[in-house]
Amino acid sequence: MSDMNRREALQNLLAIPAGLALAPEAIERAAAHAHEALESHSALEHDAHEQGAPAQGAAAQPAAPRPYAPKQFTTDEWRLVRLLVNYVIPRDARSGSATDAGVPEFMDFMLGENAGMRTWMKNGLGWMNAECRTRFGKGFVSCSDAQRRELLDAIAFPKKAAAELKPGVDFFSSFRNLTASGFFSSRVGIADLGYAGNRPVAKWEGTPPEVMRKLGL
Amino acid sequence: MAAHQLTKAGAKVVLLEAGGYWDNSSAQYSAMLKMPYDSPRRGASTPDRPFGEWDACIGGWQIPGEPYTKAEGTKFDWWRGRMLGGRTNHWGRISLRFGPDDFRRKTLDGLGDDWPITYDDIKPYYDEVDKLIGIFGSRENLPNDPDGIFHDAPAPRYYEHLVKRTSDRMNITCIPARLSIITKPLNGRAPCHYCGQCNRGCMTNSNFSSGNVLVMPALRTGRLTLLTDAMVREVMTGPDGRATGVAYIDKKTGEDREVRAKIVVLAASALESSRILMNSKSSRHPNGLANASGVLGKYITDTTGTDVAGFIPSLVDVPRHNADGVGGGHIFMPWWLDNKKLDFPRGYHIEVWGGLGMPSYGFMGGIQSYPEGGGYGAGLKQQYRKYWGATVGFSGRGEMIPNDKSFAELDPQVKDRFGIPVLKFHWEWADHELKQVKHMQETFRSIVAEMGGEVWSAMPTREQGYGIANGGAIIHELGGARMGTSERDSALNKNCQAWDCDNLFVADGAPFVSQADKNPTWTILALSMRASAYITQQRKAGAL
Repeated sequence: MSDMNRREALQNLLAIPAGLALAPEAIERAAAHAHEALESHSALEHDAHEQGAPAQGAAAQPAAPRPYAPKQFTTDEWRLVRLLVNYVIPRDARSGSATDAGVPEFMDFMLGENAGMRTWMKNGLGWMNAECRTRFGKGFVSCSDAQRRELLDAIAFPKKAAAELKPGVDFFSSFRNLTASGFFSSRVGIADLGYAGNRPVAKWEGTPPEVMRKLGL
Repeated sequence: MAAHQLTKAGAKVVLLEAGGYWDNSSAQYSAMLKMPYDSPRRGASTPDRPFGEWDACIGGWQIPGEPYTKAEGTKFDWWRGRMLGGRTNHWGRISLRFGPDDFRRKTLDGLGDDWPITYDDIKPYYDEVDKLIGIFGSRENLPNDPDGIFHDAPAPRYYEHLVKRTSDRMNITCIPARLSIITKPLNGRAPCHYCGQCNRGCMTNSNFSSGNVLVMPALRTGRLTLLTDAMVREVMTGPDGRATGVAYIDKKTGEDREVRAKIVVLAASALESSRILMNSKSSRHPNGLANASGVLGKYITDTTGTDVAGFIPSLVDVPRHNADGVGGGHIFMPWWLDNKKLDFPRGYHIEVWGGLGMPSYGFMGGIQSYPEGGGYGAGLKQQYRKYWGATVGFSGRGEMIPNDKSFAELDPQVKDRFGIPVLKFHWEWADHELKQVKHMQETFRSIVAEMGGEVWSAMPTREQGYGIANGGAIIHELGGARMGTSERDSALNKNCQAWDCDNLFVADGAPFVSQADKNPTWTILALSMRASAYITQQRKAGAL
């Protein structure tokens, strides 16, 4: 699928100079640059995919992939984060899950960039575990799916949540934002959304008539 | 602009840039056409790029080692670009001519001051700027929003059609945007290819940044010497009080250096140029250069601003298509009302945003505000899909009137890492601005309601300044070395020439007498071109 996208993207880019014959060198330069970026990225993503293979429920991989070694998370935190992101954005018929899209690795990178975010994440994951211990006598990872969902139901809807859960509600809202940032900016997420831009267009035609019709415009 | 015009006229010019080199046409600098997943940061900001890692502007509100200070109670943020092309690498390309009324506001409403020039004085230069740099727009024949020499404007995006239709119903003037982006070939530059990422630096130079559109051609004349990483300390003057050149610090070595020149043109941005002038003290100019009147640092303004976004249910599940377009709105609303019927003077224009832009860091933050109120799992994933592109936002950008409580001066103690005294800001909005911003908020909320939408944020109160952005936050600082008809109350004459130093000119936002309900860049360019024409003519006549 990712190969398919790349090929399509390249085809789109390479199809442009004919339409935009006015400064072919400039467009070609841009296209070459984009080509390069896409190529190098495809290699990167391949690595990330190898490293971030699904942790649970997956059949044994034929050749054990080198596991991604998180730089900012402890082993226990890493387990929790990999579970939690998939509760936020699971796999469905249209696209893969947050771990499929490399969201935990993205978070690990961002935490390395920002000390404030690091503290926020560690406090938040700590709150999740503490709340689970209070409710169920064990940490989030050891809880059953139903127990985890009970907690998430209590903190995922800020307007309905109990006031005493505010720290957890606030953390989860931000965690959800960060998960969405990582997922929908990944190759998986962008394909899911059907984002159709960021490509040279020879002539701007405005909004397609079928879109105007659908929106009643 | 001055370097471009003066080298074209045959002069030898040295251009000093406080930051580093930059060339948008090179992939080494421009991030055009990158996808968010090409970076592990996914487009998030970095310390020297507060607007995102791919924003083509090195600088920001805070620059290490280059502080500024604020009087107690003052909220003011000072954006500085530190790179070739400076702040023209960081802007929305909204390129509006000031109208005839904008040069004579005091005559019309008794507030502020008139300019020493009229629209007719500057119009030929606006025309030349249009032809040299290029701009798209539409002919509208509006009284105070003069038409330019326009390339065709791009057709509206889906949500812009809805805004246009709604505005028409509400009698709010809504017309095609006027951006300095070319839609046909111009002076060797290719037309826009609609990737929507102008802010990353355009590799085909289809939009305007002064580095690629003005400085690069000037370099090709062979008459321009470019000195980067050159932080100017002051303008040097001789015993006769005339400018002899500038003293600067070579940031790479830390050495003090100087450039001698027959004529000095400052274009470091309104407040940085004012600072250089304040720091250019001598026995002939004890209060700084161009400051015999004491107005230096005074009459500074920034555009007023506030934003409102609304969720528009009729745009849910918008069919996917490429809605990128140019890097900016395709429509806008120029000021459309008569202040005589309102409780505040001066107007604002409205910028419109929304759409299906490239998903990046920060994508749809705050999903809990949508009708489901948050959630997780498959249902949440579906929310992101259906609500993407269903939010439309409005930004008001209005005219502030200069006031006595908003000014900059040299801080008596604090110096930057080069030992140069820094600016201290004083800032206060008047009732005029607060009432204007209140009107913006009410207007935007009524447009969203008319579109059948919902605004989630509560109407800000008077105590919250009705949501007015901090001074400096809109990055349209103007004034500080204003022009005028008399050396008693202005720093410069109508040719941007210092009253007390005839071979010193200021060619950025500092000479402005007043703001307008318009972005200042096109007027800065036209004034600079006009000053350059004056310098050329005076040199040829042997008067300079």
